[in-house]
Amino acid sequence: MKSILPILTVVAAIIVLWYGAAVWLNSKWVYDQAARAGVEVSFSEVVKQTMNQERPKLPAPHQVAAELWKTTVEKKITSKRSLIFHSWITLSATLLGFAIGTGLGILLAVGIVHNRAMDMSVMPWAIASQTIPIIAIAPMIIVVLNSVGIQGLLPKAIISAYLSFFPVVVGMVKGLRSPGMMELDQMKTWNASPAQTFWKLRLPASMPYLFASLKVGIAASLVGAIVGELPTGAIRGLGARLLSGSYYGQTVQIWAALLAAAILAAGLVGIVGLIQRITLRRMGMAQ
Amino acid sequence: MTSDAVIAARDLGLTFQTNDGPVHALKDVNLQIARGDFVSFIGPSGCGKTTFLRVVAGLEEPTAGQITVNGMSPDEARRARAYGYVFQAAGLFPWRTIAGNVKLPLEIMGFTRAEQEKRVKKVLQLVDLEGFERKFPWQLSGGMQQRASIARALAFDADILLMDEPFGALDEIVRDHLNEQLLKLWARTGKTIAFVTHSIPEAVYLSTKIVVMSPRPGRIHDVIESPLPRERPLDIRDTPEFLEVAHRVREGLRAGHAYEG
Repeated sequence: MKSILPILTVVAAIIVLWYGAAVWLNSKWVYDQAARAGVEVSFSEVVKQTMNQERPKLPAPHQVAAELWKTTVEKKITSKRSLIFHSWITLSATLLGFAIGTGLGILLAVGIVHNRAMDMSVMPWAIASQTIPIIAIAPMIIVVLNSVGIQGLLPKAIISAYLSFFPVVVGMVKGLRSPGMMELDQMKTWNASPAQTFWKLRLPASMPYLFASLKVGIAASLVGAIVGELPTGAIRGLGARLLSGSYYGQTVQIWAALLAAAILAAGLVGIVGLIQRITLRRMGMAQ
Repeated sequence: MTSDAVIAARDLGLTFQTNDGPVHALKDVNLQIARGDFVSFIGPSGCGKTTFLRVVAGLEEPTAGQITVNGMSPDEARRARAYGYVFQAAGLFPWRTIAGNVKLPLEIMGFTRAEQEKRVKKVLQLVDLEGFERKFPWQLSGGMQQRASIARALAFDADILLMDEPFGALDEIVRDHLNEQLLKLWARTGKTIAFVTHSIPEAVYLSTKIVVMSPRPGRIHDVIESPLPRERPLDIRDTPEFLEVAHRVREGLRAGHAYEG
C-alpha cells in the first residue's frame, strides 16, 4: 500500500498536466473554427470543444482510454482493428529478437572473456554498432533480407536483436569478470579446468549482471521490433498502427498504440524482474 | 634433503619485475618442513611469507633455486592435488549452500555423488558445523564461514594444508577458539600445516616450528623449533616456556627490522 500512493500521485499529476496541455494545444483549432464561422466562443466552451475533437493535436486522456477500450475489449482478437492483435504481432518479433540478441550477447561475452583477440576486437565494433541510428539501418536490413527471400517475422526480430544484444554483452562481460583473483586462485589450487571455472564460478557469478542487462535488453527489443515495422509499410503490428495513424492524422490511434507499447514494455520488464527475483532467491543471492 | 621432508626449499628466490624496478619478494630461502609439522610463518608485511606459501602452492613461479612438494615440483603437486589452501577470506560462493561449497572441489575432482555426500558429512563434523549444511554463507558468522572454508580444504584428503592468515579478519575471542580447534584437528588428522600469521601468540601457540621472516628482500631471519609439547591447552600461553619462545620470536622480528634503517 505504501508504494501505491506515490505511484498514484505521479499518475494523477501526469493526467492533470496532460489535460492542461490538451486544452492549450487544441484550443487554436476551436478559435480558428469560431473565427471562420464569425462567432465568439467563451472559455468554457473552448475547453469543452478541446476534449472531443476527431483529430486533436493532443488527444485528451479519456479519448485515448476510450480508444484503448474500444480496440482491445470490444474487438475480437483476430480483428485487424484489435490492438491486442497488433500487440501480439509486435510481441512475437520482440521475443524472437530478444532471444537472438540475448544468445548472441552471451556468446560474444564468453568469447571476449576467454579470448584475447576477441577482447581487443569485438567491443569497439559492438559500440560502433550502437552509434548508428537504428532508423537508418532498419530499412537496409529489411531490403537485404527481402532480396534473399526472408520476410515477415525474422527481419523485424533481427532489428530487435541488433538493439538488445549490446546491453547483454556489456553486462555479461562485467559479470563473467566479476570473480576476484582469490576465487580464481582457489579454482587453480583445485586444478579446475577452464570449463569447470566457467560453469562453476564465472557463470553463476554473472547472474545478477545478466538480469540487469536483460531488463534493458527486453525494452530495447520492443523498440527494435516497432522500428522494424515502420520502413516496410507493414500493415500489422504496433509500428504499423503508429504509421497508419500518422498517414491519416489519427492522433488518437497513435496515442493508443503508444500507450499499448508502453504497457507492453512495462509488462515485459516486470516479467524479467520476476524471473530475476525467483532465480536469485533460489540461488541464495536475493538482496 | 631428508627423505621425510614434505616441503623442501633450497636457495629459493622470487623477483617481481615492476615499473619501479625489481622487487625481491624472496631471497635465498632454505627450509625443510617434515611430515606432520605445524610450521608458522611470521613477519611484517612484505617479508614474503604469503609469497612463499603461494610458491609452495604453485600459484607463483620462483625465479631462483629449487623447491619440492612431496618430492615433486609445486605445479605437479598442485595437479596431484597434494594440498588444501585456505585463504585470508573464506571465499565461499554465495550461490552455494555450506554443503555445496564444501562439495565444490569434490565435484571438480570427479568424486562420485555418494562419496561427495560422505566426505561433506565427515569434514563438516570435523569443524563442528553439522546441521548447517543447507544454510547459505551469509547466514553464518565470519568464524563459521572460515571453518567451512577449512572443511572445504580438508574435504579431498590432501596431506598438506596451506593457510594464509585464515583467522586474520576475526576477533580475538573467535580466533582463540578456532586456534584450539585447529590444533585438535591437526592432532586428529596428522596433516602437515603451513600457516601464515601476523600474531606472535598465535604462531607460538600453534606451531612446532616458527619461521621468522624479514622484508626487503624477503628472507628467513630465524627458525625456532618449539620446545612446547604437542598437547596444548589454551592456558599453556601463561607458562614460562611459552613466554620464552614468544620473546625469541619478538626479538627476531625486531632484529629483522633493525638493519633496515
